[in-house]
Amino acid sequence: MGTIRDMIAPFDFFQPATVDDALALLSEHGDDAWVLAGGLDSFDWFKDRIKRPKVVVDLGVIESLSAISESGDGLEIGAMASLTSIVNHARIRADYPLLTTAAEHVATPQIRNQGTLGGNVSQDTRCWYYRSGWPCYRAGGNTCYAAAPQAMNREHCILGASRCVAVSPSDTAPALFALDATMVVRHGRRERVIDAEDFFIGPSTDITRMTILEAGDLLTSIRIPAQWAGARVYYEKVRDRGSWDFALESVAAAFRMDGDMVADARVVVNGVAPYPVRLEAVERSIIGSRASEDLAIGAGEVAIQGVRSLRHNDYKVPMMRNLVKRAVRSVVA
Amino acid sequence: MAGTTEVVRLNVNGDTREVGVPTHYTLLETLRYVLALTGSKQGCDKGDCGACTVLLDGVPTLSCITPVWEAEGKSVTTVEGLAGPSGPHPLQDEFDLNGAAQCGFCTPGILCSAAALLERTGTPTRDEIKEALAGNLCRCTGYTKIYDAIEAAAERMSAAG
Ligand SMILES: Cc1cc2nc3c(=O)[nH]c(=O)nc-3n(C[C@H](O)[C@H](O)[C@H](O)COP(=O)(O)OP(=O)(O)OC[C@H]3O[C@@H](n4cnc5c(N)ncnc54)[C@H](O)[C@@H]3O)c2cc1C
Ligand code: FES
Ligand code: FES
Repeated sequence: MGTIRDMIAPFDFFQPATVDDALALLSEHGDDAWVLAGGLDSFDWFKDRIKRPKVVVDLGVIESLSAISESGDGLEIGAMASLTSIVNHARIRADYPLLTTAAEHVATPQIRNQGTLGGNVSQDTRCWYYRSGWPCYRAGGNTCYAAAPQAMNREHCILGASRCVAVSPSDTAPALFALDATMVVRHGRRERVIDAEDFFIGPSTDITRMTILEAGDLLTSIRIPAQWAGARVYYEKVRDRGSWDFALESVAAAFRMDGDMVADARVVVNGVAPYPVRLEAVERSIIGSRASEDLAIGAGEVAIQGVRSLRHNDYKVPMMRNLVKRAVRSVVA
Repeated sequence: MAGTTEVVRLNVNGDTREVGVPTHYTLLETLRYVLALTGSKQGCDKGDCGACTVLLDGVPTLSCITPVWEAEGKSVTTVEGLAGPSGPHPLQDEFDLNGAAQCGFCTPGILCSAAALLERTGTPTRDEIKEALAGNLCRCTGYTKIYDAIEAAAERMSAAG
């Protein structure tokens, strides 16, 4: 028998059988508890011993949390549905291919087998200063290493920075946002249904969190309304290499067409800010107009108004302009 | 109590194993350091490389990111379990014949991902093979010989019916 290694700081491990049991454990242990979904983000923190929860509450055996079912006229996807189960789901592919494509673009087959939709939208930023345990603002310190003059900040923000310049890493978040999805969150007996707009938060709201979720909260499902079922959609993710990689930037868009006129639209980009950004000015600039190359070019210009790059991420500005242009161009006849 | 040891009951490569493990252990740590099944490799230990890939109920899974308790009630197949009573798995033979392993560190994980692929798709295209291995990094053989070996194994298995 080999040597026993002890890489992770020890914790108590619970596998509650029901959502109520999980919520009871979370309220009992408060800040000491960590919700474990697929673990792809969680274990990274544990193994570096940067996060050392005393109690880990694994949602893995709560069957109801991985169900994908009809809800009203839309779909309700359990927070623990694996990304693979989303990619393989026929109804999602038929009605909401934007989500299928986004989920397909996440990481690797193994990670999609284990990673969950709830975990994917709740995951923490991948800013490497923060992930390496540097005492930055986000970690409770008093500086942002990624915004310092010598910093390597090629992957960081061009929008929405407030002391911290980290970006949201999730590929599914912009797709869900574009589909007007809502997040169902339980805390004790209380249930809230939260719009994507309010679920993803920036550092000016709370610099230590990427989402509205706090200790004791459990994301139970994500609802997709029928509104965008069957819409024209566009998804594109730009990354440094072809195998697996987090997005440098991505765009997720949905369009309702009336002939060749844009009747309604959602355009969301990620990788540019600490949260996925819905570009309402771009939407306003195209709704009611005939889709054309000029409209697409104009939309790209509107998209980048107000952006501010850091020392090493100038490239993100034309990338954002082009992604938005290509999204709108996709509906040109 | 954090740091306590509890008994986990696993089905590994067809055998039932009951062992005491610290509550925070991963499946990989249990396989390697408790069950002495060192075929599954601890590469990055972070989900990046796929060297620790095992099959959980046939599904390629990163054992370094799997709490050992999640494997209870499922069948765990590691590289040690791929060979049958009549000899090595065709993939193992073809990796040998095609020179598809240099240092061999990535090989156990790749064999598990490939075995699951061949279980699902008898004669995968090269693109399907690439996609199935997208989570398994090889830093020395290069992928061409690995793809060749998997194609050869697929042919051999479909010829054998
Ligand atoms: C090598 C690698 C490459 C990756 N590449 C990509 C990529 O290209 N694109 C991409 O989008 N992601 C990528 N990821 C991230 C990965 O897909 C996500 O980390 C993963 O989906 C997170 O989900 P999880 O189910 O593993 O959650 P976990 O890691 O278990 O949880 C993530 C966080 O969310 C919280 N949480 C999870 N579920 C709930 C819930 N139901 N209620 C309350 N809180 C919850 C946890 O407490 C934790 O803080 C990559 C990860 C790795 C390791
Ligand atoms: S050791 Fe598990 S993915 Fe690298
Ligand atoms: S054979 Fe050495 S890493 Fe693949």
